[in-house]
Amino acid sequence: MGQITLKQVTKSFGDVQVIPPLDLTIEDGEFTVFVGPSGCGKSTLLRLIAGLEDITTGHIEIDGKDATNVVPAKRGLAMVFQSYALYPHMSVRKNIAFPLKMAGMDQAEINKRIEGAAAVLNLTDYLDRRPGQLSGGQRQRVAIGRAIVREPAAFLFDEPLSNLDAALRVGMRLEISELHKRLETTMIYVTHDQVEAMTMADKIVVLRAGHIEQVGSPLELYHKPRNEFVAGFIGSPKMNIFGGAEAKKYGGVKAGIRPEHIDVSMTEGTWKGKVGVAEHLGSDTFIHVHGTGLDEMMTVRITGDISVRHGDTIYLTPQLDQMHKFDAQGLRID
Amino acid sequence: MATKASRSAARLMMAPAVVLLLGWMLVPLIMTLWFSFRTYLPLRGGDQGWTGFDNYIRFVSSSAFWPAIQTTLLIVLGVLVITVCLGILLAILLDQPMWGQGVVRILVIAPFFVMPTVSALVWKNMFMDPVNGLLAHLWRFFGAEPVSWLSDASLQSIIMIVSWQWLPFATLILLTAIQSLDSEQLEAAEMDGAPVLKRFFYIILPHLSRAITIVILIQTIFLLAIFAEIFVTTGGAFGTRTLSYLIFQRVLESQNVGLGSAGGVYAIILANIVAIFLMRIVGKNLDT
Repeated sequence: MGQITLKQVTKSFGDVQVIPPLDLTIEDGEFTVFVGPSGCGKSTLLRLIAGLEDITTGHIEIDGKDATNVVPAKRGLAMVFQSYALYPHMSVRKNIAFPLKMAGMDQAEINKRIEGAAAVLNLTDYLDRRPGQLSGGQRQRVAIGRAIVREPAAFLFDEPLSNLDAALRVGMRLEISELHKRLETTMIYVTHDQVEAMTMADKIVVLRAGHIEQVGSPLELYHKPRNEFVAGFIGSPKMNIFGGAEAKKYGGVKAGIRPEHIDVSMTEGTWKGKVGVAEHLGSDTFIHVHGTGLDEMMTVRITGDISVRHGDTIYLTPQLDQMHKFDAQGLRID
Repeated sequence: MATKASRSAARLMMAPAVVLLLGWMLVPLIMTLWFSFRTYLPLRGGDQGWTGFDNYIRFVSSSAFWPAIQTTLLIVLGVLVITVCLGILLAILLDQPMWGQGVVRILVIAPFFVMPTVSALVWKNMFMDPVNGLLAHLWRFFGAEPVSWLSDASLQSIIMIVSWQWLPFATLILLTAIQSLDSEQLEAAEMDGAPVLKRFFYIILPHLSRAITIVILIQTIFLLAIFAEIFVTTGGAFGTRTLSYLIFQRVLESQNVGLGSAGGVYAIILANIVAIFLMRIVGKNLDT
């Protein structure tokens, strides 16, 4: 069980309100990702849920019970920190056992749970090492192990993968997703990386300056971004957004088209431009096109390889059914 | 230091410092060793030649020797316990955000800047004087008989004075150690269900262990040689005669340089035993 409800929650540091009144429900068993640019209040929101920060006004309910003034330890939540926050003077075994020992559990049960967690996380061979002797990925697993032995109502992850290298990050991303499938426990995951958000989440909460911009499934956000900000934030490479007369032609104050929804031709098309940089990834090619008169630079994504050179003239044609239109307030027009 | 020329130039430039330091250290050490094997009574016939290990045997068999060792260890131990315990508490207190933090921190360090002689005199005359001292006034205010500190509780008084001097040092080192503790570790422990006291014993104290060993090591080296505080307060009376004070008495009051030098060699040996002992503990602690 782990349903978390925020009701009109606000947070101020001194005179600065970092979280304006905010309502949010996280369903039991859901993998929710808070995503947003740095400084948008996503980590603060997570810390409010954890109880590490006091909320200024509003209520937090966990499983229908008011938890606003409950101390962190009694909320039944486990947190994985960005720096892992392992206890450096304790062995891996003692690190994982720490929350159980604090709860006064008997040694036999503690051992059983440690063995279980170590087996799940491939840590059995490392139980007697100190955190300092482990690699980044292993430390990450120990931190997760320390969280899962408590059998919490929900897991809170605070940018847990940002200290890992790119290859390891992809691996750990999968492991955490698999862990969620197996445990079916509520997980709240904070990240600034929209790829992590898209690949892992059941539900994404996009935040900007403490405001919730949109809540929805990854594909909902991709196909129907509620406003210009979400449209620009979700998706990689970024959506091309332009205004002016060209946008008006498609029925909005601003219009946006994703790089993967533009067809390319060397001879004819809607927009004409010059090739800037072409990034060849093998499977895809990203072409930056200048001088179309729309945006400073348009990005186009082409599957496979294409041979274009810097300065070549190129024609772009948007797929009209994939065009996003926004009004003067930046809201989506359907 | 890549080329031969620059290496020899570096040696040349270091030479004065090395020679000075070696001279400063070696000359007194060798002279101490030399005198310790001779009968040397400056006012009673001067240098009277070799005596072998006579001085060494006489120094140890003197009835003042073992009490002096005991006093030395008691003072060192007492000061260590007080400064480390209070130092940890003060460091935690100073780590809390508060108004006027900078000023308070400077005030806390202040006693360390006072010369030992001066601080001992201030304590003796302003606080511990049985007639005019502040403590005597305080005692009388509560209707109690003033304590004549330096004669009735002499050892405790000296431990108190020396602790007051060394507390800032311990506090400062422990404060920097506490500040280096990752706050996420404390938050993790909080979420893991550890209340304040358990967080202190399971997270903060282990984190401080390295700083504590360093404080103990450095203080022990200096405390084994305290002298000024005893000289200006009790003058070695009332059971406050430490090893270094005993050596001073042998050389200057009994005018027996040979006997005092032998005591000096014992002091060197004692300091080294303690140092080696401590180094091992520190080494073990610094490993991980």
